[in-house]
Amino acid sequence: MTNEDREIRAHFPILSDEKLVYLDNSATSQRPQAVLDAVEEFYRTVNSNPMRGLYNISIRATEQYEEAREAVADFIGAAEPAEIVFTRNATESLNLVAYSYGEAFIHEGDEIIVSIAEHHSNLLPWQILAKKTGAVLTYFECREDGEFSLDEFKKLLSEKTALVAMTQMSNVFGRLNDVKAFAAEAHRVGAVFVCDGAQSAPHVPVNVIDLDVDFFAFSGHKMYAPMGIGVLYGKKELLEKMPPFLYGGEMIEYVQKYSATYAEVPHKFEAGTVNAGGAVGLLAALKFMKGIGWETIERREEELTAYAYERMLSVPRVKVLGAADASDHHGILTFTIEGVHPHDVAAIMDEHGVCIRAGHHCAQPLHKHLGIMSTSRASLGFYNTHEDIDAFIAALSGMRKEMGYPD
Amino acid sequence: MASTFYNEILTEHNINPMHKHKMEGANVSLEGVNPSCGDDIVLSLKVNDAGVIEDGAFEGDGCAISQASCDMMLDLIIGKPKDEAMRLADIFLRMIKGSVTDEEKDELEEAGILSDISHMPARVKCAVLGWHTMEEMLSDGEPADGGQEGKEKAE
Repeated sequence: MTNEDREIRAHFPILSDEKLVYLDNSATSQRPQAVLDAVEEFYRTVNSNPMRGLYNISIRATEQYEEAREAVADFIGAAEPAEIVFTRNATESLNLVAYSYGEAFIHEGDEIIVSIAEHHSNLLPWQILAKKTGAVLTYFECREDGEFSLDEFKKLLSEKTALVAMTQMSNVFGRLNDVKAFAAEAHRVGAVFVCDGAQSAPHVPVNVIDLDVDFFAFSGHKMYAPMGIGVLYGKKELLEKMPPFLYGGEMIEYVQKYSATYAEVPHKFEAGTVNAGGAVGLLAALKFMKGIGWETIERREEELTAYAYERMLSVPRVKVLGAADASDHHGILTFTIEGVHPHDVAAIMDEHGVCIRAGHHCAQPLHKHLGIMSTSRASLGFYNTHEDIDAFIAALSGMRKEMGYPD
Repeated sequence: MASTFYNEILTEHNINPMHKHKMEGANVSLEGVNPSCGDDIVLSLKVNDAGVIEDGAFEGDGCAISQASCDMMLDLIIGKPKDEAMRLADIFLRMIKGSVTDEEKDELEEAGILSDISHMPARVKCAVLGWHTMEEMLSDGEPADGGQEGKEKAE
């Protein structure tokens, strides 16, 4: 372990257990002490219902909540904080778009294009929307190595295309999709572009204005913040014309017995008591990431991904899904090992103290497209070390033998 | 470090399952699916007029636990009357829940090695897949097309 490894890992209480080899970062990351402290401090010092109190601590709670919104806007390069809606997670953000934008602006005969590599959270809301509205759902397929072709995409587009849903980074391949180019083509035919940023936002700098996506969804818990706080970015002119998603407290302007008017964006979309503790935790996480710096995060993740990928290739009968170049994996290494079912792979890894994911990774249509039932996935974060990878490779190398194969 | 759970009996039943093959002359068969894991088996039995399970086999895919458990089950129940197979299935399912006596566990023969599954909540579904499928088949007694129903239920 290098000095830098030690310094970074010291921020994360759970990593003080040296036997824990945590390689399931795409599912959820660990949380640094600074985030845990910030959440605790919120509840210890200013706890009150934000947005509605007229007394000191409620005003401070509101300020902290809104400071988190500003920090998120800054983090993804949004034009203004009003374009940031807090949700529970990326799943809720994407559902919000489907229910609110979708039901108001998608009509029978419109076409919705969804990439085949989507997590179910950016697939099912569109499948349901298509069923409800009579819109046509079309899949944009990738090559076996996970690459999406712009030329193929152009062939799918038409005047009827109303919405395109695509991830910036698949949770199976780890490849960064050129969403800027896809969004530009979608806009050419007048479609809105919904981008799932759950996997990309923690690992690469994002600028939504540069990407020119219309909606961008991500989760706090995959980027060191607590579970239960997520983000929907939407272009203001779109958010303004969309109806509310949930109705209730704190999202209204004026309520009468038989009608109501609603608050301005983003509050129109934040019905009920908000997760201010979570937002404050997310604020602390963003400050923490800034403190570490993108240079360090990207350098460490890229170097470690390359090391892990190369070592995996040397293990007989192991196949890594996706690109042949490690730099296209961004810490996500999804694999199969001949003759060993992924759930057994994960169970044996667990016996060696290594935490990985196994199954279909909420991407069943993608697995079907690739002709694979299920896979195993190791996913790295910048706090992982060469020792973590060595432990993973040792377990992987002995896997077939443990399962009773002669080699 | 040697594996603690994946012992030789389990891995042998997984790699060289005696009863995993296509079967001629089956009169009941049913598909059992664990959608979250991707375990998917079709269990086929040949039950004679006297209610004795003369033969049985399974096909499909799944993790070592689901496959070995099904193979060990067939080892145990082939040649036994339906009622006896149902009684053993009840013992197995209770073992997985952690409520079984040592004597009862012995009756399960090799399948008794799966008793540790009671401490592995994520794998319970894998271990019980074949047993549940058999229970379902034998309790309705309806032959053949129950497969569709099993599939729909699982999804």
